[in-house]
Amino acid sequence: MNSEKHDNLISVHIDGEEVRVPPGTNMIEAARSIGTEIPHYCYHPKLSVVGNCRMCLVEMGMPGRDRETGEPMLDEKGQPKILWMPKPAVACATGAAPGMHIRTDSALVRSCREGVMEFLLVNHPLDCPICDQAGECHLQEFATDYGRGYSRFVEEKNVKPKRTRLGPRVMLDDERCILCSRCIRFCKEIADDDVLGFIDRGSYSTLTCFPGKELANNYSLNTVDICPVGALTSTDFRFRMRPWFLKQSPSICIESSVGVNTVVWSREGTIYRITPRRNDAVNDTWMSDSGRTLYKGVDSGDRMNVYTLEGRPADAGAVLEECVALLRGGSVAVVGSGRSSVEEQWMLKRTVEALGDEIPVYLVGRTEPGDGLLISNDRNPNVRGALLTGLMDTLPAATLDDLGARIEAGEIDTILSFGEDLCAAGLARGQLKKVRVIYAGTHHNDCSQRSRVEIPLLTVFERSGSFVNQQFRLQRFSRAIPGPEGVYSDLAFLALLHARLTGLRPMRPEPAEIWKHLSREIAALRGIEYDRISDTGVVIDGSKFAHLPFCEGKSLHYEPTAATAVS
Amino acid sequence: MATKVVERKPLNLAERSYLPQIVGGLKITFRNMWKPPVTLEYPEQRPNIPDRYRGVPTLVKDPNGREKCVACQLCEFVCPPRAIRIDPGEIPEDSEHAHVEKAPREFKIDMLRCIYCGLCEEVCPEEAIFLQDTFSVNGLSRAELVFNKKKLYQLGGTLPDSHYKWDKKRDAAEKGGDEH
Repeated sequence: MNSEKHDNLISVHIDGEEVRVPPGTNMIEAARSIGTEIPHYCYHPKLSVVGNCRMCLVEMGMPGRDRETGEPMLDEKGQPKILWMPKPAVACATGAAPGMHIRTDSALVRSCREGVMEFLLVNHPLDCPICDQAGECHLQEFATDYGRGYSRFVEEKNVKPKRTRLGPRVMLDDERCILCSRCIRFCKEIADDDVLGFIDRGSYSTLTCFPGKELANNYSLNTVDICPVGALTSTDFRFRMRPWFLKQSPSICIESSVGVNTVVWSREGTIYRITPRRNDAVNDTWMSDSGRTLYKGVDSGDRMNVYTLEGRPADAGAVLEECVALLRGGSVAVVGSGRSSVEEQWMLKRTVEALGDEIPVYLVGRTEPGDGLLISNDRNPNVRGALLTGLMDTLPAATLDDLGARIEAGEIDTILSFGEDLCAAGLARGQLKKVRVIYAGTHHNDCSQRSRVEIPLLTVFERSGSFVNQQFRLQRFSRAIPGPEGVYSDLAFLALLHARLTGLRPMRPEPAEIWKHLSREIAALRGIEYDRISDTGVVIDGSKFAHLPFCEGKSLHYEPTAATAVS
Repeated sequence: MATKVVERKPLNLAERSYLPQIVGGLKITFRNMWKPPVTLEYPEQRPNIPDRYRGVPTLVKDPNGREKCVACQLCEFVCPPRAIRIDPGEIPEDSEHAHVEKAPREFKIDMLRCIYCGLCEEVCPEEAIFLQDTFSVNGLSRAELVFNKKKLYQLGGTLPDSHYKWDKKRDAAEKGGDEH
């Protein structure tokens, strides 16, 4: 008992196994910590508990005490006697208590689950062949475990509307809904847009929007993710692909500096959807709808996928030679990107060092008002990476006015833009005419049209690397799909360029290889191995940059520092 | 190894004249001349294909002309040589079959890959794909032998239905609906 007080954990017995959990943990989480799953529909770790699906019923007992003496009751073997409650308890709404015993797989528990399943399936349509949730449906999973396999229901099933539009991105199939109310609680508690509710009674209960409202907030697709059945579907992913064909790659959303953890679902080089990945320190289990659409740029018509010299397609080797000639043939300015990974920014810095000492380096700031939840004010995912690698020592300005002034003054002959549209960043067309532009980017734009050399780059889905988010949390993303044919990765092109400029052998363009240098050279990154960065990321000491006026405001799991609050 | 020499016996007169063999051969010829033929004049004559023969996989429609496939992609999943490729799509809301919601936009079977195992037919929850009696497939190019949805329905035609599952569903919706 002393140790319990010491580390503030309480001890419960689940199926005879002793587990130590923090006080306040409910039975589902306690069982999860030893790998025992208690089936549930309505419970979600990040939402309030309602206990309305009744699927998580378990048996619960406490060690008995003699009423007269207060002494613990012992059985014939001398063990504490457990007084089991005559009726089951809901595991989601029952907190673990010291000494509590839980049975998750007894005959009573199984018969409870079978009973609940039978009632849930009474009105559930046999839609699995056309249902998008099939394959990742909790009702399907628990029906195989606890379903009868045949129906005793001889009455006619309820018929409800199949295609109800709840909002621009969410469709509702009323028949499939099992009334768990997760979506309602999400809208109320997380998205702060309380538009959903149940109407009518009994088996006629229906999920609906309040009259005159629709589920249109920028987090509406999270309701689709947390729907345990196929009732809520995304209009974007609806009927496009069965989930069992899709490969899941862990990635990071580049929408803003929050660094939302995501899973990219792809098949044979085509991305079908992006869903959030749980990270309790960053995004919990949520992500924005706008972040989910970012994969559409991969196959868009304006994608750059060939190397060009003065507008004509060219060999990558010739382009590299031309880059070297241009960079050596006059004074150079370099524009890096806050969307490049830490490895690419470091490689760009090395390239700049190879060019000379007084090379001006810029980054383009993207400041837009965030939503205080999972979109921050800084729409660059990796500005802090540029600070850590030493590519930049100040925060980027939104426009390249300083570079424009230098061009006007005739100080610059060549601009290497690695991933930034210079026209969008505030340089006038006339200014670009005065210089020779090497443009590396993913898509065609005004800047690519005015550039002498075009270098196609890969999108975040086509490369691996790491970003540093607003909490100075280093997070890895990995390649989901291959890039366009014949295109070097960003890192590989920079490594080749660096090697060509220095005459050294090219570095192997793998993040793990780059990290060997990074962890040696940069004090804040010392000791970090790329392959050992955990799935939830590593927090880096960013106190060196605490004086900088970062533009982020408060968001989920992030409080701006004092220096920021002033600005 | 030592070589063993086998002595060949000299042919006798009957054998040297070939006549007994010719007569014996003619006997067989004449006996079979009056028997019914055991071979077919393929391709003019075609064999009777037994029920449950596993020929070319085809897509079928129900007697009301509704395409039965709902693009669940289970056949694509189960296909051992990965010959099947489905592009699922949504049935537009103004369609007669809008209540089915989902149908293949394109359905391709690569007949050069198909091994006629019949797993697609076995796994289909909608009884939409059948290995029917077509057994001879040929073409002049590889592309020609990737059968598309149109060709598969052409080969499959219409089969009787014992469930009319989706019609029942529509009737239930029309009868009761969410009335209460």
